[in-house]
Amino acid sequence: MSTYSLSDGLASGAPRTSRAPLLSSWVRESGIGVLASIAWITFGFSCLWWEDVGDWSRTHSLGIAAFIIAAIALIGTVGADYLGSAGRGLRQRAAWLVALGAFLTVWEVATAKFAWLPLPFFPPPQSIIEVYTDDLPKLLDSVLASVKLQLGGYLIGATIGFLTGVSIGWSRAVGYWVHPVLRFIGPLPATAWLPIAFFTFPSSWSASTFLIALATGFPVTVLTWSGVASVSNAYYDVARTLGAKPSFLVLKVAIPAALPHVFVGLFMGLGASFAVLVVAEMIGVKAGLGWYLQWAQGWAAYANMYAALIVMSLLCSGAITLLFAIRDRLLVWQKGTVKW
Amino acid sequence: MVATAIAEAVTQPAAGAALDIEQVSHAFDIDGTELPVLSDVSISVEPGEFVALLGPSGCGKSTLLRLVAGLDKPKAGRLREDEARIRSPHPSRVVVFQDPTLFPWRSVWDNVALGLEAQGILRSQRQRVDAALDLVGLSSFRNAYPHQLSGGMAQRVALARALVNDPKILILDEPLGKLDSLTRITMQAELVALWQRKGFTTLLVTHDAEEALVLANRVIVFSDRPARVKADIRVDRPYPRHRGDPYLAELRRQILGLLGLDATW
Repeated sequence: MSTYSLSDGLASGAPRTSRAPLLSSWVRESGIGVLASIAWITFGFSCLWWEDVGDWSRTHSLGIAAFIIAAIALIGTVGADYLGSAGRGLRQRAAWLVALGAFLTVWEVATAKFAWLPLPFFPPPQSIIEVYTDDLPKLLDSVLASVKLQLGGYLIGATIGFLTGVSIGWSRAVGYWVHPVLRFIGPLPATAWLPIAFFTFPSSWSASTFLIALATGFPVTVLTWSGVASVSNAYYDVARTLGAKPSFLVLKVAIPAALPHVFVGLFMGLGASFAVLVVAEMIGVKAGLGWYLQWAQGWAAYANMYAALIVMSLLCSGAITLLFAIRDRLLVWQKGTVKW
Repeated sequence: MVATAIAEAVTQPAAGAALDIEQVSHAFDIDGTELPVLSDVSISVEPGEFVALLGPSGCGKSTLLRLVAGLDKPKAGRLREDEARIRSPHPSRVVVFQDPTLFPWRSVWDNVALGLEAQGILRSQRQRVDAALDLVGLSSFRNAYPHQLSGGMAQRVALARALVNDPKILILDEPLGKLDSLTRITMQAELVALWQRKGFTTLLVTHDAEEALVLANRVIVFSDRPARVKADIRVDRPYPRHRGDPYLAELRRQILGLLGLDATW
């Protein structure tokens, strides 16, 4: 009974206090969006107000772009309720937009306008935009070359690592022969092979593929192996009493049970292979983002280096995100059992 | 004639197999020393019998079950299913373990389908999986993953996974040991109903004298390790049995006495 009277009281009290909460809830939901918009307007003004200390062609366009982003931030967050999931996403990231706008303003003022930071080494945002617009073909070629090399080496390394890991985990005889070799060669950083690889392989491309595959293969092998080795005997007992043959035990028991470990290895291998990719491109391969970095440094084209670095980090994080998506799909059964 | 024979074959449940355990001894090697666990055990089980193996914890009952399943080979003696030597696991003898040991990466349906899949006959026999899930009352959970099930439900799935193979001998290794008492009583009744319907031979390891007496036709009491057969008790009571039955209570008192617990009863 008491609960009825309580909720009645709340219901009748609601209209009286509705005015103030409406305003405060509006500020809470859209305030950050307004702030983001202000930050980007400031950035736009900082581009256009003062004269550049150097000669950059994209300052004006950058200022206009900043105003457009400010407008999108404002409309997007204030009108988020009418924009569905896109509006919700924008609202959620509004705080980051504030930080980004403020950071870009400081960067712009500190480099292009007053040169507080020494100039050739710290290029302003507009010069990096300039790289993306004016040096696009070369940059795209480099991206393509890097992706091709990385993808080939990684897939080869992951496949071989996975197969080796499963065979060591499963067969004692294979383990006897492969395990010591793995112990001896595995911990060696793949880059240590670089000098040898480049003169033993017919092309620098095949040498780099080998090195990337090596860097990927070791962690994938070790973790697949430990995953297969740690599968509980109870699973095998169950499968055997149900009439499972050895091939079934490997394919339908050992491998699915080991898959969470395999993915840890795949993540580690991915990280290791990025490092090898960049080094290989800097030293041997005459293509790719690593080579582009090296080339830009040779010409003291610092804006190009930053531009290439940003692209590189987008590619690497994109690859990691892709691997996460694959894992989430394959290991959907884990969702309720472990904390992700 | 032919028609009735077929009708009979369809309606008659798959009958159980006879099981002969002949002078079986077994030992474990632990750090070079031999630890005897079974000593000259001989048991002859009729087709369709429900035999409970009762004994103190750690006496070697579960080891005997592993030998019957064919998962391990005995050091001495022979085991036979319908006169054929037991040398390796076979889906005609399926084990339900104390832990359900469902494969966490497979849905309930895929877990139950495991045996048929392993034998390569799943494609033509999918309806058997549905039937087995129906039998344990979990059809609505067919797409659930094991971690979404309660302990009792998981054990029911494990039971369905065994029954889908139409075993001739069902081997139960304390399957109800970890369940709460209410679920346990329900599942005991379900087990008896399933056994009466399907007619398979059942071997149940338990250390609960009451459970053994409510379920089995025959209770075999083992000694401490190394396990020897101490008593072979026939339980001649119709099903469903009542826990309060004075006949069963008297048998229980005797059994607890054999296990050295008469003072505490």
